[in-house]
Amino acid sequence: MNYIGEHLLPGQIGHFFAVLSLVASMLSAFSFYKADVCKNTAEQKPWLQIARFSFGAVTISILSMFLVLYYVISNHLFEYKYAYTHSDKSLQIEYLLSCFWEGQEGSFLLWSFWNCFLGWIIIWKAGKWEKPVMSVVSITQFALATMVLGVYFFNVKVGSSPFVLLRNEMEAPIFSRPEYLSFIKDGTGLNTLLQNYWMVIHPPILFLGFASTLIPFAFAFAGLIKNDHSWIKPALPWASFSAAVLGLGIMMGAAWAYESLSFGGYWAWDPVENASLVPWLTLIAGLHTNLVYKNSGYSLRPTYFFYIISFSLILYSTFLTRSGILGDTSVHAFTDLGMNTQLLLFVLLFFIPALVLFFIRYKSIPTIQQEEQTYSREFWMFIGSLILFLAGAVIIAKTSIPVWNKLFGTNIAPPEDPEFAYNQIQIFVAILIGLLTAVTQYFKYKSTPKSYFQKITLPAIISLAISLAISLFGNINYEQKGPAFLLAIHIAIFGAVFATIANTAYLWLGLKGKIKAAGASVAHIGFGIALLGILISSSKKTVLSWNTTGISPLRIEEGNKPNPAGNPAENLTLFKGVATDMGRYMVTYEKDTVNPLDRKRYFEIDFKSKQGNDNFKLYPDVIKNNKGMEGFAANPAAKHYWYKDIFVYITSFQENKGADTTQFQNRTLKVKDTIFYSNGMIVLNSVNINPAEQKNRYAPDEMALFLDMTVISKEGKLYRANPGIAIKGQSELRQLADTVMSQSLILVFNKVIDQKTGKLEIGLKETGNITDLLTLKVYEFPMINLLWLGVVITVLGFIMSIIQRVKVSGEKLTKMV
Amino acid sequence: MKTTHIIILVFIAAAIAVLVQFSGDLTTYETIASAKAKPGKPINLIAKIDKSHPIEYDAVKNPNYLSFVAVDTLGNSIKVVYHDAKPTDMEKSERLVLKGSVKEGYFDCKNILLKCPSKYKDTPGAMKNNLQASN
Repeated sequence: MNYIGEHLLPGQIGHFFAVLSLVASMLSAFSFYKADVCKNTAEQKPWLQIARFSFGAVTISILSMFLVLYYVISNHLFEYKYAYTHSDKSLQIEYLLSCFWEGQEGSFLLWSFWNCFLGWIIIWKAGKWEKPVMSVVSITQFALATMVLGVYFFNVKVGSSPFVLLRNEMEAPIFSRPEYLSFIKDGTGLNTLLQNYWMVIHPPILFLGFASTLIPFAFAFAGLIKNDHSWIKPALPWASFSAAVLGLGIMMGAAWAYESLSFGGYWAWDPVENASLVPWLTLIAGLHTNLVYKNSGYSLRPTYFFYIISFSLILYSTFLTRSGILGDTSVHAFTDLGMNTQLLLFVLLFFIPALVLFFIRYKSIPTIQQEEQTYSREFWMFIGSLILFLAGAVIIAKTSIPVWNKLFGTNIAPPEDPEFAYNQIQIFVAILIGLLTAVTQYFKYKSTPKSYFQKITLPAIISLAISLAISLFGNINYEQKGPAFLLAIHIAIFGAVFATIANTAYLWLGLKGKIKAAGASVAHIGFGIALLGILISSSKKTVLSWNTTGISPLRIEEGNKPNPAGNPAENLTLFKGVATDMGRYMVTYEKDTVNPLDRKRYFEIDFKSKQGNDNFKLYPDVIKNNKGMEGFAANPAAKHYWYKDIFVYITSFQENKGADTTQFQNRTLKVKDTIFYSNGMIVLNSVNINPAEQKNRYAPDEMALFLDMTVISKEGKLYRANPGIAIKGQSELRQLADTVMSQSLILVFNKVIDQKTGKLEIGLKETGNITDLLTLKVYEFPMINLLWLGVVITVLGFIMSIIQRVKVSGEKLTKMV
Repeated sequence: MKTTHIIILVFIAAAIAVLVQFSGDLTTYETIASAKAKPGKPINLIAKIDKSHPIEYDAVKNPNYLSFVAVDTLGNSIKVVYHDAKPTDMEKSERLVLKGSVKEGYFDCKNILLKCPSKYKDTPGAMKNNLQASN
């Protein structure tokens, strides 16, 4: 059948380059290997040329696939499944790139792209290490190319192509018609959670981090093959780079979670988060043992091990997040594309050979028999690395619960409070790492004179003073998990402060102000600050919308048992236009507007401080879910102070829509009479003629009659209501209804029945949909900016040390020439 | 034996101790029937909403009270009480993972994880519906 309106060429080009990148990466891996094993330069040269040329072909293929996919998505070619499932026409241009990483195929392309980028730097800079390192890089490229291949080999599907056509992928009656495309008006759209600016930059950075862990691995692998350990120096700036970028990528993800996901925080120990954190921990461990070996000759074996395990853990995290195995434990893993075996092979392809090689070579890897001195930097750096590695091992063991279930057929699930299960252990890791970060710089490699180490006394005293001040006056009373955990938090705060102060002081005490060499110290200062930010913002996180009953009936319903401690009652109901009491603030839901550009509904929430004039408005929003889902996804908004954030998000909202079908009921009453409604009673206090306080509700030429009524709800809340009538001349009569929003009550003054006895008739209406309302949660995060500041400083420190190391090795090269 | 080796062994022992302690905190996936047999014990239920009973949630009365009836694949059902806002598109989810424990006659839920037909998934069913809707 000939289908009308299809654009098949882009897909064919895409498929072509997918196959080309596969073949070229295989050729490139083989030729780099050949060039490496060749003894004489004459034979080596043509192999190297072929290798570089084919790596160029890989690069061009990846770029072309990227461009073709971008063309398909940006031109809304919905005959392609990728465009249909990951985009729609209303999507803003800035989010078109986000469509790439919503699907697995696009994110594999992104990974390949960074591999090419890093590969060319290796070719340019790595000298004698180019050939072996690049052959590992090319093998990785080959493995990644199979992931986006989408070809059947002997009835086994290999990879999943981003260029498949919708009509080939699923069954639907419309595909039997040649003009089927004219029925597909729009795609199913990009997941609403990904429609956030962090999602434009977080995945590229994170994947650069993922890709870059390959380089230390490749150096180590090459070193094992060649039994040559001189790679340790050129690998060092790469490891720093990888640690910086991966760390930044993870924290950008945290920032995205904080700004866009509504779980009320930046870190939830979700398996997806853990899976990328653990390789970072082991990489940091490897970076430190790498430095130890370079400066003292110790710890070469652990360095091999840590670099091997870091990249393997990246692959394992790929398996966890993409195989669908996390289904019941994670909120944001990818979909299962039926590639589990392939993903598992990807992990094993690198992990098994590297580990086997490591054990074969283990004996021949040089080591120093004599023991490190306790008063040496290498000893404590090694201890720190060991702690990081074991902390990572514990985290990944806990995260792998679904894998254990698969392997052993068990039926276990994470603990009831999964976050605390991590926190209660990692707080001690934080203490130890904080203290080691503070102390270790004050040791010298090999051995430290006691007088030198004593320099740490002053920073220690200052840190103790500062952290005591924080502990005593900072109101850190996180008592939910018992006194031992609270004590641990306070000790960890000391550790974090000590790490910050000691490393700052080291700039003068140790480095004598030589800023060029200060990269490590700066990174450690940033780490200390970030740690402090994490500790304070998490332990002092407060719920502002907690049980502060103003008009809102936020209370435990009768008949229900009182909430046990820790049970969340964090939602506050706001009625449109009604100021509601919320602790320090009066909050009002003013209005909401739909922005046609980003299709979000913004709620204007007005905060008025009860004391002082700290008044502001926040605009949390919701966006309608797509992909056949009902409901809305909420995006939080935050008011940023330098010392805290006020953080708010909508948990539900109800619009007053549809006709109001309830009828007014008429009641007769006199002054001081009481009538009842479903949720309480109403007292008529007095009847007032032309009352001054209602002046704005009637015209000067009108005669107005207002009732002063008190509504008393069952819960004992009092509201005033003033329905009235305004009469102009003899015949014109207007009813001025009054409403009690939170009681869903409308009151009108109908008429005076008998002037002598004072009998009046009022109309009373109770309705469910009287007004728009929303429920929201409001949190306060104190000192969260310390975390973000710490991250920025850490990255700066890494950049400084990379520049320094590249410079030093460059100078040495020129000296040698 | 070197000091380093002793320290390594001590740390590894500590890590193992931590994991053993953790395994004590682990919960299990239960059916409604087996959950009822273990009142008060934290467990995970995999169930779906019984559509024949109304989902009770009224933000005006109490925004922190959600109640519905959950039914599992064996056909048993239990009333669930959740002290938080109703998750959006809860009705649409085909599967719920409920974390909590059985109290007197009801399931006191601490956390609801929705398994939606198409949150990050492109199940053929959901897409087919979309296609037919655009037809």
